[in-house]
Amino acid sequence: MKRYDAVIIGAGHNGLTNAAYLAKAGLDVVVVEKNDYIGGAAVSRELHDGFTYSNCSYVCSMMRQAIHRDLDLSNHGLMLVPYIGGIYFGDDGTCMAGYLNEEVEYNNLRARSPHDADARARFYADLARYAQVIRKTLMRTPPDPTSFKPRDLMELLFLAKEFWSLGEKEIYEYVRFFTMSAKDFLDDYFEDDLLKATLASSGIIGTALGVQSPGSAYILLHHVMGDVDGNVGAWGLARGGMGAISKALASAATNFGVEIRTGSGVSEMVVKGSKASGVILDNGVEIQSNIVVSNLDAKRTFTKIVNKEDLPEGILEKAENFKIRGSSGKVNIALSALPKFTDAPDNPFVNRGGQMFVGSLKTMEKAYDCWKRGTWSEDPFIESVIPSAWDPTVAPPGQHWMSNFIQYCPAELADGPWTPEKRDAFGATVINKIEQFSPGFKDLIVHAEIRTPFEIENEVGLTEGNIFQGELTIDQLLFNRPFPGYAQYRMPVKNMYMCGSSTHPGGGVSSACGANAAREILRDLGKANTVPEDDCYDE
Amino acid sequence: MMNKPTRFADEQLMLSPFHERQAELNVRNDWSAWNGYMFANSYYDGEYEYFCVRNLCGTYDITPMQKYIITGDDAEAMLDRMVTRDVTKLKEGRVTYVVWCTDEGRVIDDGTIFKLGPQKFLLTCGSPSLAWLKKSCFGYSDVHVEDMSDKLAALSLQGPTSCETLKTMGLDGIETLKPFGIMQFPFKGSKLMVSRTGFTGDLGYELWIEPDLALDMWDSLYSAGEHYGIQPYGEMATNMTRLEAGFIMPYMEFNEALKTVHYQHDQTPFELDLGWLVDFKKPRFNGRTALLEEKERGPKYTLCKLDIEGNKPAEESEIYSDKGCSKKVGYVTSAIWSPIVKANIALAMIKTEYVNKDLWAEIYYSKELRPYRKVAKCKVKKKPFWAPGRAKATPPGPY
Repeated sequence: MKRYDAVIIGAGHNGLTNAAYLAKAGLDVVVVEKNDYIGGAAVSRELHDGFTYSNCSYVCSMMRQAIHRDLDLSNHGLMLVPYIGGIYFGDDGTCMAGYLNEEVEYNNLRARSPHDADARARFYADLARYAQVIRKTLMRTPPDPTSFKPRDLMELLFLAKEFWSLGEKEIYEYVRFFTMSAKDFLDDYFEDDLLKATLASSGIIGTALGVQSPGSAYILLHHVMGDVDGNVGAWGLARGGMGAISKALASAATNFGVEIRTGSGVSEMVVKGSKASGVILDNGVEIQSNIVVSNLDAKRTFTKIVNKEDLPEGILEKAENFKIRGSSGKVNIALSALPKFTDAPDNPFVNRGGQMFVGSLKTMEKAYDCWKRGTWSEDPFIESVIPSAWDPTVAPPGQHWMSNFIQYCPAELADGPWTPEKRDAFGATVINKIEQFSPGFKDLIVHAEIRTPFEIENEVGLTEGNIFQGELTIDQLLFNRPFPGYAQYRMPVKNMYMCGSSTHPGGGVSSACGANAAREILRDLGKANTVPEDDCYDE
Repeated sequence: MMNKPTRFADEQLMLSPFHERQAELNVRNDWSAWNGYMFANSYYDGEYEYFCVRNLCGTYDITPMQKYIITGDDAEAMLDRMVTRDVTKLKEGRVTYVVWCTDEGRVIDDGTIFKLGPQKFLLTCGSPSLAWLKKSCFGYSDVHVEDMSDKLAALSLQGPTSCETLKTMGLDGIETLKPFGIMQFPFKGSKLMVSRTGFTGDLGYELWIEPDLALDMWDSLYSAGEHYGIQPYGEMATNMTRLEAGFIMPYMEFNEALKTVHYQHDQTPFELDLGWLVDFKKPRFNGRTALLEEKERGPKYTLCKLDIEGNKPAEESEIYSDKGCSKKVGYVTSAIWSPIVKANIALAMIKTEYVNKDLWAEIYYSKELRPYRKVAKCKVKKKPFWAPGRAKATPPGPY
């Protein structure tokens, strides 16, 4: 039987990135994927004639430019297009627009609150200061703070230097920031509720926290620290949908000789002589390999794939307690025309960007209360974007598809498991809310795909449908991700690694986890590093 | 079209026949000037427009380009002697890219020649060239030059959805038009000429029409392009796209020979990496002797495409052969961060003997008022940074 150098479990974007860099170093690599198609949660599928949805993740900002450039993903068909503008809908049916131009945005906010228009500059300067430190860690392996190895000490020193460079006052602020709620953080700057609620929404997306929960401020930062072509905070669409990212990565990986096998997942990791030595697929096929890299989330990896007998004391418990709560849903809707929103300016530079059904801080917190009680809110927070208004390849001319991300949607309902009826009722809630702001919206619907955490887990494999492969709270970040002592991509079983978003730097389509893991694997194998340095150090 | 009369009417720039529509779409009132015309630098945001051109389609007003109709029995012979390329090989209904030089082989300008009939050509170029054309006609008895610059409106439509837009506009058969081909379509009782040409390196067309019909054409084009993301773009986006395609610009890559003061501060076609445009099989053309000598000797400089490490554009950088920046071997002519290619790209004049050696760019940039300097490694690229398959495909596909 053939023996590979490495088998990677899961053809999501991080698995493919990892595979590409290992193969670039000359390793014989196979990627196995349970679905018949690749991409994991960075996937595009045509579920209705002519409409290609980004079924899960839908926008992109974290993708490491250095990786895009190094793997020549543009020549493998990837094109990221920044989108601009936004409409933010409040509780009372009113809305606020968001503009690209600084001066115009200042005037826009000034009309709502001169105080907030002024404070905005300080807010973004502070965020940029926090972001620049975190950005520099994205493509670095977190140091082990308990280790005296020179490499860990050097890395700790690097982090310390970055923090010291902020100045004494900002170090205190930074520490506070990590533990604050999005609302408390925003209260220090702004008075306008809709503005605060709009900004706070970044603090809850994908997370089982409310705008008032400690820790949500950092998640806000996680959503604004990415960039498109150096424009930090900007978001882009992948031409052809998010699957275009995975396709380009797969194409680059295949060029380096990676083999990708779809259609059968892994049922078990094989351990021989206390070393990982391959996997057994659901279809019974065994793949032998010198190392095993899991791109699955930490909980799924250790509770479903690895035999507990092969694990040291305590790991299974850590995996079971890994915070990966399902909190979001997704409704993808094909439309016969571009929806019109009441009161939104008739300006295509504004109204074709994102639509955020924000409500207010109160409404968002109420929606969180519903989640805690095991139900969904009748008035949920929805972040929408219409990719077809930017991308000519994803819907027929003049027709559109709208991606709607819903916070919150529980993984388990108080009244029993998800059923198709309950799923459709959840979808109807979302559609009804949009209809309130866009009369006639329902008449435009051609097709809809409704996804609760149940669908996302069953299709993509993300435990509870958690988009980040584990929450981004400080207890699960940096050297604590996924577990303290295992943040350097090496897992408790020898020759086993993890490369998914459960590892540092966490969720978001960044490719950083996969690349970082590849760097560590190559180091262990004594091979030359193929992973590029990040390009954000001159910022 | 002229501006409204004001006290300073005599100071105003000319307005393009498309101005009325373009002014409405110039959200930022960001105007500059080109050949006496008011001309958009950007309409909404340069980078936004760049993405429209690369992802959807955009229009660029090329009316200010200089346009000359050259007719007569000797028209072909005259042009063939003026430019370095063999014009006698150009077939009717086809366009070719050319440069023309002084006797010393220095580039006066570049442009395109359209063969509209056996004895009828259209020459387009960036700067007024009537005086040089007249000089070039010396010795030919039957050649007539008509300056059409203000009598022909022209709009460039570039981008992946451009063919689909023109199809929707009713230009039947446009998908069969090959690169550098010309087609004529009836339009409102007159004629609309479409060439598959452009300055972006991507799929694109140029539309030529009499000025009186310019707005009608604009309206049909924009109505057809509604679902294909049509958007006007200005000079900023043009500069990004042409650099990705590796195309040269006057006063960036070359200094027009007739306007050059300092000795050899102008360029030869070989220096501009346009040697392929010089056809020595032709027995005579302007600059032949000088260019033949230059070809044998090798050009002093060669224009190179550079891929530079890092992401700080090497604007106005000098190029060195060592990281310590002790030996200067060239200079950057244009530089941008390319969002599509995801690379830090530049065109640079490099002393020819150093083209295949180590090259370093000394880059200056600033961060909150403070200047920073870095020295970045450069790689010379042979091919254009951006050259999608659809640019050459016929039919080109829907996007």
